[in-house]
Amino acid sequence: MDIRAELLSLLRENARYTTVDLARMLGTDESEVTEQIEALEAEGVLKGYQAVVDWRRTDEEPVRALVECNVTLDRETGYDDIAARLVGFPEIQSLRLVSGEYDFSLTVEADSMGEVSRFVSEKVAPVPEITQTVTHYLMESYKERGFEFGDGHDDDRLSVSP
Amino acid sequence: MKISERVERVPPSGIRRFFELTEELDDVISLGVGEPDFTAPWSAREAAIDSLERGRTSYTANRGMAALREAIAERSRERYDLDYDPDEEVLVTAGASEAIDVAFRAFVDPGDRVAIAQPSYVSYVPGVTFAGGEPVPIPTGEADDFELTAEALREHGAADAEALVFCYPNNPTGATMSKQDLEPIAAFAREHDLTVLADEIYADLTYEGDHTSIATLPGMRERTVVFNGFSKAYAMTGLRLGYALAPPEAITAMNRVHQYSMLSAPTTAQHAAIDALDNCDDAVVEMRSQYDRRRRFVLSRFDEMGIDCFTAKGAFYVFPESPWEDAEAFAEALLDAEGVAVVPGDVFGAGGEGHLRVSYATGMNELREAMDRIERFLD
Repeated sequence: MDIRAELLSLLRENARYTTVDLARMLGTDESEVTEQIEALEAEGVLKGYQAVVDWRRTDEEPVRALVECNVTLDRETGYDDIAARLVGFPEIQSLRLVSGEYDFSLTVEADSMGEVSRFVSEKVAPVPEITQTVTHYLMESYKERGFEFGDGHDDDRLSVSP
Repeated sequence: MKISERVERVPPSGIRRFFELTEELDDVISLGVGEPDFTAPWSAREAAIDSLERGRTSYTANRGMAALREAIAERSRERYDLDYDPDEEVLVTAGASEAIDVAFRAFVDPGDRVAIAQPSYVSYVPGVTFAGGEPVPIPTGEADDFELTAEALREHGAADAEALVFCYPNNPTGATMSKQDLEPIAAFAREHDLTVLADEIYADLTYEGDHTSIATLPGMRERTVVFNGFSKAYAMTGLRLGYALAPPEAITAMNRVHQYSMLSAPTTAQHAAIDALDNCDDAVVEMRSQYDRRRRFVLSRFDEMGIDCFTAKGAFYVFPESPWEDAEAFAEALLDAEGVAVVPGDVFGAGGEGHLRVSYATGMNELREAMDRIERFLD
């Protein structure tokens, strides 16, 4: 694995690793790590760094919904045009074009179910090319971006073993 | 109740004493664990669950399920170009530990001398003693990168031993041996007609270069028993599944002991192991890659602390020199002051004195915290 691929793998594992620790793990020096990260950011490969939050353990759990959207296209309007109209709304956390029975998959986040409903009915559904929306409220999250939620398992390995 | 003299002669494990100490304390980060912090690949666990759902809870053949023995033989063929007959030359056991114990009981007569390259896994010496043999420690040292040498074998009396035991990649040093380095050992074994018991449980956790099995060297297959298993590379320690590869007469002898003690390895674990060989190599690659990063991290931290540490190339241990002359006193003081458990090297036998075994089979956050604590303790 080249250093860029390994660096990406490590940052996906934990974006809070310091450049010093990354250098130690990769067997290189800190300046090389800094240089590579800057290059990856400049090229748009690294788009940002976010925490994975288990909201149930906080006092402010947002309401999230998965919204399926069907669209119709014409000569003038393509998927990218519709996406361009939706992508700017801060309520939309992710927007993906998918294969299958519907076209776009949106993750919408807001403070209440009412807000999510209003957003879908007032901002998403009225887009002329959108013919149908189906909203699924997210009831429980068991795994996010590779991290399992819940209480986890105690490490019952022997403290010291052969 | 009378306890046998052989059992009385074997002291309790030095590791065990440390285990008891760590149990008494809170907020301990253990770098003493000799097992992966990963969980077995899901596919293998699913296979185990499926086998239970289907009610596959009977004994299997003493030597292990035919499908598993075939898969093991196939793996040996692919990886080392070593052909073993799955019917006659493979024995599936409850962990590599059982395979090793069975081998001692199958090959060692009372009074037989068994050379053991040290520092070594803590069970070899007691295993030989329980079998009535006489363990002959062959020390290895940092000057030789903790590799076994023919000179050491000669110097420490291995020439008149019946068998030689070694483990590379090594627990506790992390040392590996190349084909070139193994050649004089093979020549010595041939010259002195030694049975070679090669514990290769860490073979898949080799970070620099490829693992060489001594059985691949000329004239060695017929005198070597290779031990391996699923505990380390596949993170399946609790499933207890290992195996031995050896010529038919050796496997027949080992199976004679195995069939009267274990009968057969756990059936559920055998189903998991078949799946592990079929489907889980990507998981092994991923785990190895993570261990490798941790290895570099730990070596780098010790280097920055000014602690001399041999560059381990395999397994998941490093073996730094103890900052204090008395490694046991250091380990106890470190545990007491900072709650970091490491194991003093002398519990692993000759050549281990003055060292510490530090396992990096623990998550990066804990590892970083533990290294910070060690650094603080040294300041």
